[in-house]
Amino acid sequence: MASGVRPRVKVPRSASAGETITIKTLISHPMESGQRKDSDGNTIPRSIINRFVVDFNGENVLDVKMEPAISTNPYFEFEAKVPESGDFHFTWYDDDGSVYEDTQTIEVS
Amino acid sequence: MQFTRRETLALGAGAALMTVLPYRANAAVEDFVTEFTGGADVAEGGVDLIAPEIAENGNTVPIEVAAEGASAIMVLAAGNPTPPVATFNFGPLAGASRAATRIRLAQTQDVIAIAKLADGSFARTSSLVKVTIGGCGG
Repeated sequence: MASGVRPRVKVPRSASAGETITIKTLISHPMESGQRKDSDGNTIPRSIINRFVVDFNGENVLDVKMEPAISTNPYFEFEAKVPESGDFHFTWYDDDGSVYEDTQTIEVS
Repeated sequence: MQFTRRETLALGAGAALMTVLPYRANAAVEDFVTEFTGGADVAEGGVDLIAPEIAENGNTVPIEVAAEGASAIMVLAAGNPTPPVATFNFGPLAGASRAATRIRLAQTQDVIAIAKLADGSFARTSSLVKVTIGGCGG
């Protein structure tokens, strides 16, 4: 498992019903591409986050298939519709089988 | 130095292969496009791809893709060692088929976005990004 992986997510605290909100996510991860070589000329094995999924109350918002060409500390910005109060559930899947998760609650007034 | 008939033919074949090789790199990109579209026709335009004209650092190039009503958008970098960059699949609660991220580009190249639109057709657009420092380490 890559060390020091920490997800950071920015979701507005409240919204009106049916509003479209912008969500920003950042997760600290080296995203080793598998193309780089160390000082001895050996290829450093690939170790990336290969999938990122966002759900709201169990319904899918975004599902991203990620390749080594995504930069270190993957950043995503996207839009979501909020029909009711509930939880946004963010999941990142690592090559090594680790799963990183975060949950954010939003109030609909 | 004398060439036999067989050697001459081998040389000719080698030379022919050399001229074909550069196209092979493009063919790889087309293979990924075909895999995504399933061989369907791809129209030019209809996808917005916002990428900088000049990226000073290829390690982190901000890009944004958007296509109205698209269910999926695939991003390819034609000049990278492995062309696929990301595939965005938009679910029922996506506010708009729009996403922004940061990508790696190894050299000056075309970035390509292909969207699967609501009616099942495909659209593509590409944008040339000049890279000052490549982003593949090495």
